[in-house]
Amino acid sequence: MGDTLLSLKGLTKAYPGVVANDDVSFDIRPGEIHALLGENGAGKSTLVKMIYGLVKPDQGQMTLKGAPYTPAEPRAARAAGVAMVFQHFSLFDALTVAENVALGMENPPKPRDLARQIRDVSEAYGLPLEPGRVVGTLSAGERQRVEIIRCLLQNPRLLIMDEPTSVLTPQEVDILFQTLRQLRAEGTSILYISHKLEEIRALCDTATILRLGKKVATCTPADTTARELAEMMVGASFNTPEPKPRDKGAVLLQVEGLSLAAPGNFGTPLRDISFQVHAGEILGIGGVAGNGQDELLAALSGERRSMAQSVWLAETAVGAMGPVKRRALGLLCAPEERLGHAAAPDLSLTENAFLTAAKRQDLTKRGLIRWGEARNFADKIIKAFDVRTPSAATAARALSGGNLQKFVIGREILQRPRVLVVNQPTWGVDAAAAAAIRQALLDLAASGAAIVVISQDLDELMEVSDRFGALNEGRLSVIHPVETLTLDQIGLMMGGAHDMEVAHAHA
Amino acid sequence: MIRLEKRPQPSKAWIWSAPIVAVLLTMIVGGLMFMALGSDPFEAIRTIFWDPMFHPQFAAYSRPQLLVKAGPLILIAIGLSIGFRAGIWNIGAEGQYIIGAVCGAAAGLAFYPSDSIWIFPLMVLCGILGGWVWAMIPALLKVKFGTNEILVSLMLVYVAQNVLNSVASGLLRNPEGMGFPGSRNFKQWDAAHNSELLMNTGMHWGVVAAFIAVLGAYVLMSQHILGFQIRLSGEAPRAARFAGVNPSRIIVFCLGLAGALAGAAGLFEATGPAGQITTTFNAGYGFTAIIVAFLGRLHPVGILLAGLLMALTYIGGELAQLMLGLPGASIQLFQGMLLFFLLAVDVFTNYRLALTGKETV
Amino acid sequence: MDLSSINPVLLVASIMISATPILLAAIGEMVVEKSGVLNLGVEGMMITGAVVGFAAAVGTSSPEVGFVAAAVAGAALSLVFALLTQVFLSNQVATGLGLTLAGLGLSSLLGKPYEGMKSPTLPKLDIPVLSDLPVVGRMLFSHDMMVYLSMVLVLAVWAFLKFTRAGLILKAVGESHESAHALGYKVVRIRVAAIVFGGACAGLGGAYISLVRVPQWTEGMTAGAGWIALAIVVFASWRAGRVMIGAYLFGGVTVLQLNLQAAGAKVPVALLSASPYLVTIIVLVIISARGAHAAPASLGRSFHATR
Repeated sequence: MGDTLLSLKGLTKAYPGVVANDDVSFDIRPGEIHALLGENGAGKSTLVKMIYGLVKPDQGQMTLKGAPYTPAEPRAARAAGVAMVFQHFSLFDALTVAENVALGMENPPKPRDLARQIRDVSEAYGLPLEPGRVVGTLSAGERQRVEIIRCLLQNPRLLIMDEPTSVLTPQEVDILFQTLRQLRAEGTSILYISHKLEEIRALCDTATILRLGKKVATCTPADTTARELAEMMVGASFNTPEPKPRDKGAVLLQVEGLSLAAPGNFGTPLRDISFQVHAGEILGIGGVAGNGQDELLAALSGERRSMAQSVWLAETAVGAMGPVKRRALGLLCAPEERLGHAAAPDLSLTENAFLTAAKRQDLTKRGLIRWGEARNFADKIIKAFDVRTPSAATAARALSGGNLQKFVIGREILQRPRVLVVNQPTWGVDAAAAAAIRQALLDLAASGAAIVVISQDLDELMEVSDRFGALNEGRLSVIHPVETLTLDQIGLMMGGAHDMEVAHAHA
Repeated sequence: MIRLEKRPQPSKAWIWSAPIVAVLLTMIVGGLMFMALGSDPFEAIRTIFWDPMFHPQFAAYSRPQLLVKAGPLILIAIGLSIGFRAGIWNIGAEGQYIIGAVCGAAAGLAFYPSDSIWIFPLMVLCGILGGWVWAMIPALLKVKFGTNEILVSLMLVYVAQNVLNSVASGLLRNPEGMGFPGSRNFKQWDAAHNSELLMNTGMHWGVVAAFIAVLGAYVLMSQHILGFQIRLSGEAPRAARFAGVNPSRIIVFCLGLAGALAGAAGLFEATGPAGQITTTFNAGYGFTAIIVAFLGRLHPVGILLAGLLMALTYIGGELAQLMLGLPGASIQLFQGMLLFFLLAVDVFTNYRLALTGKETV
Repeated sequence: MDLSSINPVLLVASIMISATPILLAAIGEMVVEKSGVLNLGVEGMMITGAVVGFAAAVGTSSPEVGFVAAAVAGAALSLVFALLTQVFLSNQVATGLGLTLAGLGLSSLLGKPYEGMKSPTLPKLDIPVLSDLPVVGRMLFSHDMMVYLSMVLVLAVWAFLKFTRAGLILKAVGESHESAHALGYKVVRIRVAAIVFGGACAGLGGAYISLVRVPQWTEGMTAGAGWIALAIVVFASWRAGRVMIGAYLFGGVTVLQLNLQAAGAKVPVALLSASPYLVTIIVLVIISARGAHAAPASLGRSFHATR
């Protein structure tokens, strides 16, 4: 047991209706990067929450350096040398970097010393950061640095990282990997959670794969092919989407010089965005989270209005119209946030179907709602998109992420849009549902609609889109056909080409 | 350890049984309170909940009072509930009620002593307008500047009370009233009197209006697209904007409707049961209606029942004061308790109790 | 009208007295809101503090005991709010309103026997040397203990939020309860503590009205002071120093309109009496029109730990 840092034995945790972790055992050695691989819902989050003291296991033991390890709360875990960087950052927007760091420490030093320590550590690991900045004004990559530095200041023996690269550009990913390798060299162990196979093969020494709460295998990723890893992770085969030969038609959506001020304190302004999408074509828009994706969707859906001439639907200038009019003309959207934006959590699926389909599906009569028709439409979506739900009367929040996403996308597709704009169509959705959604988008394009897919998942964008552009701080890069792009080029596009963090890192 | 666990969707059973459980809990704790005040708890509860309807001696008087008291409560609560559904917290109904009554009464008194049949409709119309205008102040400030409607509407209650004090002893004072504050008595002026429509039922035009409001609100909220938009705005404001709902329109509509109904209630009260504009004609209905709205689950039918129940506690409270010497204020506390218990019990609509092991939260 | 009847020394002194109850309640509520909780029950806690403080002071002939009792009563009532909103996860707006309505009922029930009575009031605390200064001495340095205590409290809250770790944690909880929870802070416990502090402050403010400012018990005597305190927190953009400015501003308006009424100004009495409320509305409009509220990001949202 000499070379084991943390040992998990038979960890089991059940929630009503699901067993999140079933008898999971594996060891983490000192100074290794250990991958925890699995699909969404495989039980990765629950497992790390147990290690971090946020959740108590129903059964099983953990030992840290040979001694029993039962953290009652995160504070105890931190005291034992276990630190964690969350996927959804546990940061406070209105507070400064230094205050955020102090909140994550047991005994923070005096403010002046802390500021110095932050500067020291951030330089030592190539993660530049200004202690006095307000966190709400930082980019996603910089926010992650705050989290990492908060952990590093406590000299952890085990650093847990939950999907750290989902918010980073390829260049930022490189910087992060350098930092992690440096930590490994210094003897720190890292538990690295991800579902991205190539990353794991490039970075990790060992990988433990979870499926449906159970450990499938522990292996050495460098000796395993990506395909083998994928099969262990997913278990069953599923249909990969097939592109169909499509005819490019007339321009259906045209955006010209679209600029909009930032909504609220911490939003992103849109700066002079222009692009065209033809009938039968899918335009992919990539970019790191928080670079104007939500704002672009809102400007296209009509939630935020611009100058009339900024957005054209075929021959009509729609920039100044609200969502209802745009929808009537055939411009439909599906926003990223399923609960609360695309759908109202506490309303039934029937009511949520009515939410965007009232006009196009003719669901009202002199202001009165034709509930029977609305229900029929909801049933049609449920059937056509294989939405798993007891009935259309179920509240939206009772559905799983994947099922609700199928419902939301289905609701728009079944309204036969001329132009469809979707943001993060498969975020947090299981692989089978994601494949179904992508296929539906391809089918819709084949039937002659123009589609814009905004996503942070590059693999997805490469798979479905014909052309690609990236958002950076509210600007859209030049758009290129997908076949001509290399990963480096994409990274430069996402990084905004000019100011690149790489420069700092290599300096 | 017991902990709360979120239900996948709201429990239908609890939505309807929570108010009943809350009433029972209030009876138990209220009974203990009455015991502490030196009364027999069972007698006190019976006096409040049973005697107003069935007491051999007093019921003949108090039975009609049920509708008299419930009418304005229901009318105001219906208006408030629609706003609450949209997340618009108009808590200044008391002010809208006062201004409605003052405006309506002023419009009528301008034509004194005409006996035209148009006097009363004119007064009702002006009452509605008065309440509407008073509610438009917080509505427009919220739309234009994003000013918090809770504080503005509440501040306007105090302003309205000052207006009332001023007109009751000034502009609208009865010239034949020997200098006492208070307007002419509408009960002695047939054209302006909101009289009882059916003998000994307490039914007056305000009660009729309340029933119409219940019906109208039911259709609006469950069948009309505007009602859907109102609910959507309250449940998920971002989804509402995505659906194309104009938030300003919802704010103006909800506050305006609540103000209009409260104004009408004020006018009906001043020309009917109260009989005149005095500095104290408003009996705090505007505030009690908030309790009624919540007790009725912001649902029109629920509000109808809650209004009747709350009216019962008013009358019962008066009886208890008369017969048991219980302080009048205890009934106010009793009503507050009812709201608290409802809010507490309400948690079970969305959460259930779960027994867990040694879980820490 | 006769403005010469207004004595500037007395005017400033009475502004301080009329501002103190609002200041006490507002600084308490600011702490509550900093923790992310909106308690609209300030008025109810104030009036309960007013009646309990009065009763205790009459009963023991000691105004100091009265203030302590008022703080306890305000805190006890706020615990009801804390229980409902933090444990039973009830809507904060509705619960706060309910607290105000219940507090008004409770106070008139408790206060019935005390109507028309007089209570012992706090002695003036002449600060040595300073209070002997001409004009300024009587204006600023010859008040009762609570006036100074309220100022010390403002200073303490300011220092607490700016310099202490506990203050930082409180702000963090109000900013994002999810993040605070993820870092292992006890969101509910911290919020309950803040709520109770706010309740005690509101109780003190209420007792100041019934024991010093009036000093008598009459039903509904707080007359919206609690609501004005809530408005002042918004006005102050959740900063302690500005809460003090706001409270003194409103104290000033209140005293000035009373003086103008007494001096027989040619302005309708109704308008003068309504002026503190109208000024509150106008200030709220100006503040909201300027935008940039700096409200704690989690203000008014319920927290339930899910895993």
